[in-house]
Amino acid sequence: MGTQTANARSRNGHKPGSRPFAVSEDAFGEHDSDRRADNGPNPVERFVKAIAGAIGSRVPVADLDERDPDYIRESLPAQWLLASLWFRGEVRGLGNIPEEGPVLLVGNHSGGNMSPDSLVFTLAFSTYFGVERRFHQLAHNLVLSMPGLGFLRKYGTVAASPQNAERALKSGAAVLVYPGGDHEVHRPSWEASTIDFDGRRGFVRLALEHDVPIVPVVSIGGQETALFLSRGEGLSRMLMLDRLLRLKVLPISIAAPWGLNVGDMLGHIPLPAKITIEVLPAIHLREQFGPAHDADEIYDHVTTTMQETLDALAAERRLPIIG
Amino acid sequence: MRVQAAIDVAAPPELVWDFVADPTRYLHFMSGITRWEVASEQARGCGARYRTLMRVGSAEVGGLVEVVEHAEPFDLAWTSVTGIDQRGRWRLRERRSDPTRPARTHVELRLQYGVAGAGLLGWVAEQVAAPAVRENLRRSLHELKRQAEHEQARATVAARRAAQR
Repeated sequence: MGTQTANARSRNGHKPGSRPFAVSEDAFGEHDSDRRADNGPNPVERFVKAIAGAIGSRVPVADLDERDPDYIRESLPAQWLLASLWFRGEVRGLGNIPEEGPVLLVGNHSGGNMSPDSLVFTLAFSTYFGVERRFHQLAHNLVLSMPGLGFLRKYGTVAASPQNAERALKSGAAVLVYPGGDHEVHRPSWEASTIDFDGRRGFVRLALEHDVPIVPVVSIGGQETALFLSRGEGLSRMLMLDRLLRLKVLPISIAAPWGLNVGDMLGHIPLPAKITIEVLPAIHLREQFGPAHDADEIYDHVTTTMQETLDALAAERRLPIIG
Repeated sequence: MRVQAAIDVAAPPELVWDFVADPTRYLHFMSGITRWEVASEQARGCGARYRTLMRVGSAEVGGLVEVVEHAEPFDLAWTSVTGIDQRGRWRLRERRSDPTRPARTHVELRLQYGVAGAGLLGWVAEQVAAPAVRENLRRSLHELKRQAEHEQARATVAARRAAQR
């Protein structure tokens, strides 16, 4: 992994020379609208393209070898303090994750750009299986290119792309994906108990191609860390962020310390909502759905199972934030 | 960080040793322990390895440990191989003030834990976790006492019945 030549190495799994944020196909099933041809740049578009180029140059080259078990181990106490004292994290069912071998962990995503789900789950996974077990998380390019977040690569975070997911699975790693991505993570707070992958089925194809089990990971509480008002999809389209930065949303929320928070680009201070995560039994696709599998059927099964669990977790909660 | 707890058990050390040296019993009397599995061909004695986890706060922490001292029926100590740094020790000592009365056992359970290189936050995390770990040890010893004394009472009754026949 770390010995790739410069020529063979692609930036975050995308083809060299291509626009950094305009991938041919997203790992989780981007829509056709993302692949629209440019209609000639106007000044606004040129400006946004320039920003995209600047950010694109910051996106680190995907290298699975950047994951640093010693760094993770040494940072466990800090993670534990944050997860235990601030979020009162509770993770159930880690024993449902196969003890070894590649596995695709499919989670619902909540909490905006300061999503606490990943922190609580990564800590739980690392302490349960040990930092020695390979574990990668797929994240949006923008997350990895943000100043100050370079340390995420040491945790095994790589940009979400089919190539990166494939490389991680081939290395025998457990891979955490959030198919709902930016669409789901910025959903309004009143939709907190809804699994919304926006129809993105890429994770099913990935699991089938590599014959790895899917383990659903359902979390609740993240959407209570701020008051999320709107995804701002219209605003994103108007500013062409959807085409240039793969950002289909420009979220609007009320969050500390900003008050009205548009874009959430600088993050926010999440409220100390209790985060509860439940790991469900592994779904072995070929065993359960047979050789004549139907991706839609699998997608429906996974999302329905996750929704049922999320409903149960929501029923357990008595008060927002307090849990 | 080092935490410890102690208790007196109305049973001889040999009987208490049967509990603490048997990895299959840990889930039955150790509070907070969610996993204590044999991870080596050898199940007991020096060199035996176990996968251990204890729930503390929002995580189950532990790792692979190896028995490094196995002095039956007095001392059993282990140290971590992977996971958080830890050293644990069972210390059993006979307490018999009156030779005509049954033997009692003073049981100490010690646990040292931490993460080397974690710095100030590591120290803070150790302090914050200490009350929960200490409480787990205390409850474990109380459960061990209950089970061991029950076992001792059962053995005493069985011996008495055998003598009457």
